[in-house]
Amino acid sequence: MQEGRSLTDREINRGLLNSLYQNPKWYWGSVTLLGVIVLGAMAAAGYMINQGLGVTGLNRPVMWGFFITNFVFWIGISHAGVMLSAILRLSKAEWRRPATRAAEVLTVFSLMTAMLMPFIHAGRPWRLFYWVFPYDWARGVFPNVRSALIWDPSAVFTYLTSSILFVYIALLPDLAVIRDRSTGVRRTIYSVLCLGWKGNSRQWKLQIIAGILLSALILPVFVSVHSIVSFDFSMAIAVKSWHSTIFPPYFVIGAVHSGVAAVVIVMALMRWLFHWHDYVRPEHFDALGRLLIVVATGWFFFFVMEFLFGLYGLEGDEISVKDFLTAQAPWSWWFITFVGTTYFIPVGMWLFKSVRRNPWLMVVACVSVNIGMWLERFLIIVPGLAQKQLFNFAWYTYAPSPVEVVIIIGTFALVSMLMLLFAKVFPLIPIYDIKEGEILKQEIKIGRRTVPAVIRED
Amino acid sequence: MAKQSVLGLYQNAEYAAEAGDALQAAGLTKDDYDFLTGAPYPEGAFGERHVSHRLYVFPFVGALCGLTAGILLTSMTQMAYPLVTGGKPILSLPPMAIVTYEGTMLGAILFTVLGILFESRLPRPSLGLYDDRITEGYIGVIVTCEDNQAGRVEQVLTQAGAVDVKRGEAS
Repeated sequence: MQEGRSLTDREINRGLLNSLYQNPKWYWGSVTLLGVIVLGAMAAAGYMINQGLGVTGLNRPVMWGFFITNFVFWIGISHAGVMLSAILRLSKAEWRRPATRAAEVLTVFSLMTAMLMPFIHAGRPWRLFYWVFPYDWARGVFPNVRSALIWDPSAVFTYLTSSILFVYIALLPDLAVIRDRSTGVRRTIYSVLCLGWKGNSRQWKLQIIAGILLSALILPVFVSVHSIVSFDFSMAIAVKSWHSTIFPPYFVIGAVHSGVAAVVIVMALMRWLFHWHDYVRPEHFDALGRLLIVVATGWFFFFVMEFLFGLYGLEGDEISVKDFLTAQAPWSWWFITFVGTTYFIPVGMWLFKSVRRNPWLMVVACVSVNIGMWLERFLIIVPGLAQKQLFNFAWYTYAPSPVEVVIIIGTFALVSMLMLLFAKVFPLIPIYDIKEGEILKQEIKIGRRTVPAVIRED
Repeated sequence: MAKQSVLGLYQNAEYAAEAGDALQAAGLTKDDYDFLTGAPYPEGAFGERHVSHRLYVFPFVGALCGLTAGILLTSMTQMAYPLVTGGKPILSLPPMAIVTYEGTMLGAILFTVLGILFESRLPRPSLGLYDDRITEGYIGVIVTCEDNQAGRVEQVLTQAGAVDVKRGEAS
């Protein structure tokens, strides 16, 4: 895990800050294009709010469609940050260094985007007010704590706050690097942002402990968030195919699967766009590929269990949903696509070292995972609600309207745009972490070979 | 007598560590000087003083505050309009536990962040004596001493291999 040449601090500063100081044409072109797509999505959302939810494909009994699917998807992507940053930090995995910041920032932006979806879905976003304050002031009637839909924002808000603070604390030393390389107003802004960081022994000691302590504290939140998101479904007794005890771990591992895959995509793009070939190296993709095989197989286990448990009880509702998914086109085609793209295609690719070490092939595999994981959430939500079963004539199969499609595309553009804008003002790879890696990097001689090694402190 | 700060810049960790030894040989204690770096070095790499802190207390205090806030929020909102549903108790503990858990974790994390800033002595309104080259890989040895010792300290730092030595008011 020590490929690549040794770099001096000056080279690291120059290399990792090039996203801040250089202005390539593609950058503003991309931001503008993404901004236009986001504006289009905002216009679609405005149209929907003005006209009502009738302009969507939602109708009884399928009242949750693309918006809630997208909510769960982006919550899932947000699990990348803690998975890569916290777990690898705690386990002192050396290859975490170039991945942590991008993963944490992706967490923040995907959570923000996820939180937009329920407000858009509810159709009356101004009613956000009633999630916090009594909706009946006169009698003091507060939101119902017994509802899973109230647990959800409490968990997501905790995770978002924690993730933002985690990113900020880890940014302090890097903000000082930018401050030292800036003049005028820019220097003043970064001086305020870095809170007067000097890099003395006390500050570094606390910074290192902070990384580990915050990781350890965020991990339980990370597990709770997607478990609680799964409660939105699994606590619903009325929808039989949702009412399953396996949902929390199934959702958590699915989130890790899609999140880590998304980080691979971001890392490959960073490497290509900002020429960070010295920092994001094939060895990092190799390590992530190996990790993804394990995560994907864990996810597949839960997927099979969820499917089997559904069939084993021989309950009419469950059987009808499974029949809907596996035997009725086009849903059966979506189902085959979902299983293939989530597990068989990417894992089949990751088994080969040449694929794992090729960033673009890794991107192909990881895009496949995320197509599959988006479909997974869709296939959990809609068939369960469709109620297409014997002796029930109140069923409906959902088809999204163009308004929904535009809003969903807008969320992908929004996250991409926010990541690009972040890269313009903050480094997407932690500078001090890379420098620490260089300090701890050693070569040791064993017999006739010189092999890379890393000093590790307890 | 007024205090002065003297900053010596070194190109590598060995020289900086030797400067620390030289300062001790000149009669200063480890509390009188510190090392400024652009990256974290293994603890004790420069023979610096041991840094003690109480950061681990903060998450516990925060968790306790968050737990209390969570219990109060969930119980008081339900008690505010005590409508019995399906013969169930007004205070339903399983859902309360979920929101309370999130409150506890939020409190622990918020207090931890406050603790990190407090123990790191941040924010600092003024940087004091500092050099931008520290984030370029140079290692700074910053000494706080009496006015009349500053000349001698400058000499020790230069003799230990400093590429640059600066003097300023102690912050």
